[in-house]
Amino acid sequence: MSVTTETVRRVAHLARIKVDEAEADRLTGELNAILGFVERLNAVDIEGVEPMTSAVDTALRQRADGVNDGGNPDAVLKNAPDADDGFFLVPKVVE
Amino acid sequence: MSALTALPLSDVAVGIKNKTFTAREVTDAYLGAIDASSLNAFITVTADAARAMADAADAAVARGEGGALAGVPLGIKDLFCTKGVRTTAGSNILGTFVPPYESTVTQNLWDAGAVMLGKLNLDEFAMGSSNETSAFGPVGNPFDEALVPGGSSGGSAAAVAGRLCAAATGTDTGGSIRQPAALTGTVGLKPTYGRCSRWGTVAFASSLDQAGPITRTVRDAAMMLGVMASVDSKDSTSVDRPVDDYVAALEGGVKGKRIGIPKEYRVDPMPEALEALWQTGEGWLRDAGAEIVPISLPHTEYALPAYYIVATAEASSNLARYDGVRYGLRVPADEIVAQYEATRAAGFGDEVKRRVLIGTYVLSAGYYDAYYLRAQKVRTLIKRDFETVFAGGVDAILTPTAPGPAFARGATLDPVEMYLNDIFTVPVNMAGLPGISVPGGVSGGLPLGLQLIGRPFDEAGLMPLARALEEAAGHFAAPGLC
Repeated sequence: MSVTTETVRRVAHLARIKVDEAEADRLTGELNAILGFVERLNAVDIEGVEPMTSAVDTALRQRADGVNDGGNPDAVLKNAPDADDGFFLVPKVVE
Repeated sequence: MSALTALPLSDVAVGIKNKTFTAREVTDAYLGAIDASSLNAFITVTADAARAMADAADAAVARGEGGALAGVPLGIKDLFCTKGVRTTAGSNILGTFVPPYESTVTQNLWDAGAVMLGKLNLDEFAMGSSNETSAFGPVGNPFDEALVPGGSSGGSAAAVAGRLCAAATGTDTGGSIRQPAALTGTVGLKPTYGRCSRWGTVAFASSLDQAGPITRTVRDAAMMLGVMASVDSKDSTSVDRPVDDYVAALEGGVKGKRIGIPKEYRVDPMPEALEALWQTGEGWLRDAGAEIVPISLPHTEYALPAYYIVATAEASSNLARYDGVRYGLRVPADEIVAQYEATRAAGFGDEVKRRVLIGTYVLSAGYYDAYYLRAQKVRTLIKRDFETVFAGGVDAILTPTAPGPAFARGATLDPVEMYLNDIFTVPVNMAGLPGISVPGGVSGGLPLGLQLIGRPFDEAGLMPLARALEEAAGHFAAPGLC
C-alpha cells in the first residue's frame, strides 16, 4: 500500500498538524518509504495468532474507587498558555 | 580533569560515606567539568539545587544517615519530569514546561540521597538513534565530538562517557539506552517492562517504554537499578514483585550458564568487526565457564517493521495531548482546530511529525487491521520465539548491541536507514525483556557494545554475565579521560 499527497494531507489533518504543499510532498515520499519497509510483515503467517496487548503477563491491579489526589487548581493551571479564574482559555468553540 | 570525576559511581558512594571526600566536592568537580564541556550533553544545569542537595547529603552522612546513593551526582534524561525544573523532552512544544510533580524514578533516586546535576539532552520525545532530532541541538560523542553519541539517550551516554556525571538515567523504547551506551563505551541497562515505574516519564510508546541507567561499570548499573526499580501505585503496569539485590547478584557466577547465540542476528552482510566482537564475547563467556548454544529466533527480521507500527501508533495517541491548551507551546489562531494545527506544526520537529503521521495512518479507519492488528500478532510471535528458547533451558542470549560504531552527524539522512540502528535492540522491547549493553571492543578506535538479553525480571541473572564480559574486555575511556 502506498499513500498519495492527498492522503498525507488528510492524515495530517486527523493528527492536527498543519503541513504546507512542499512538506506534504516530502512527507509523501518519506511515509511511502516507511510503509514499504513495514510491508514485509505481510509475509508472516498470523493465522490463529492472538494479538499481543500486554508486554508482561500480569493482571492489572485494582484499587478502591475513591479520590486520592486533586484540589490543586493552581498547580494544574500553572503551565497553561492562557488561563483565567480557574479555567483554561481557548478560542470560542461554540456559537 | 578532576580525580573525583574519574571515579565510577560505586567509588563515589563509598568515598562520601567514608568521608574521604564530600558530596559537595564531587558535585563541584562535576559542575566544573560540565561548564568546561562542549558536548552539549545538558539542556539544563541545576547548579544551585545540586549544591544544596550535596550539602544535604553531607549533613545526612555526618549524622550517620544517608541512602544508598548519598551525595552521588547524577544526570537525568530530560524525559523525566522533575518538580520545579524545566522538562523539555527535547522538544520545542515543551520548551518552557515546568512540571508541578516528580517522576517516580527520579523521586526514588532523591530518596536514596542522589544529587541532580541537571537535565540531559535527547532526541525529541526520545525518537531517534543519534540525538540529532533534539530541538536543543546535537550532542558530541566524547570519543570524537564530530560523531554522534547514539540516541535517544545521547546526552546521558555522552555525559557518562565524558565524565560529566557519575551515572545517568535513560529510557529505552527500541534501544535508546543500549545503542548510545554501545556507541560511547558505557554500560546501558534496559530493565524488564514493568520493573521501573513509567509515572512522570514523558510517554513515547507506552507498551515499550522503560527507564534504566547508563553507567561506567556493571556494578554501577546494579546499584542504580536497585534504587530506580519499584512497584508504583501511580503506574498500573509497574509490576508488584520484590526488587532483587543486583549488587549481590554480581557474585552469582557464570559457570554452567547456558548462553544462546541467535543465528538470525548474523545480518547480511555481517561487518567483520561485528563478527569478531561477537565471537570474542562468546569466547569470554565460555572461558568463564558458560556453555554456548546455537539458538533460533525465527521472527527476528519482523521485529523492526512491527516496531515501527506499534511504536508510531502509540506515539500518535500519546502525543495527542500536546494541543497548546493546558501546557506547552501555543500558536494562537482564531479557531481551535486551526490553533491545534498551527501549534503542533510549530512545536514538533520533522522526525516526530513523521512518526505521528505514520501512527495516525496505521490506526485510521480501514487500515487498523492491515497494519496495527497484524503488527500486534507479529509481536506475539516475536515474544514466543524468546519464550521457546528460555523454556529450552537457555539462561541468557548474547548479541552485538548495534550494527556499527558511532557515525558522523548528518551521515544518515534516510529515516529507514536510521531505524536499522535498532535492529538488534528492538526485539527485546517488543518482548518486554531485560537487556544490557556492555563495552566489548573497538573498531577504528571507537567502542562497540555486546548485548545480553535475559528472562523476564531476571536482571539479577544478567549481572554476573555482564561483569564477566566487562572483566575480560576492560574499560574503554574516551581520549584524554581515564
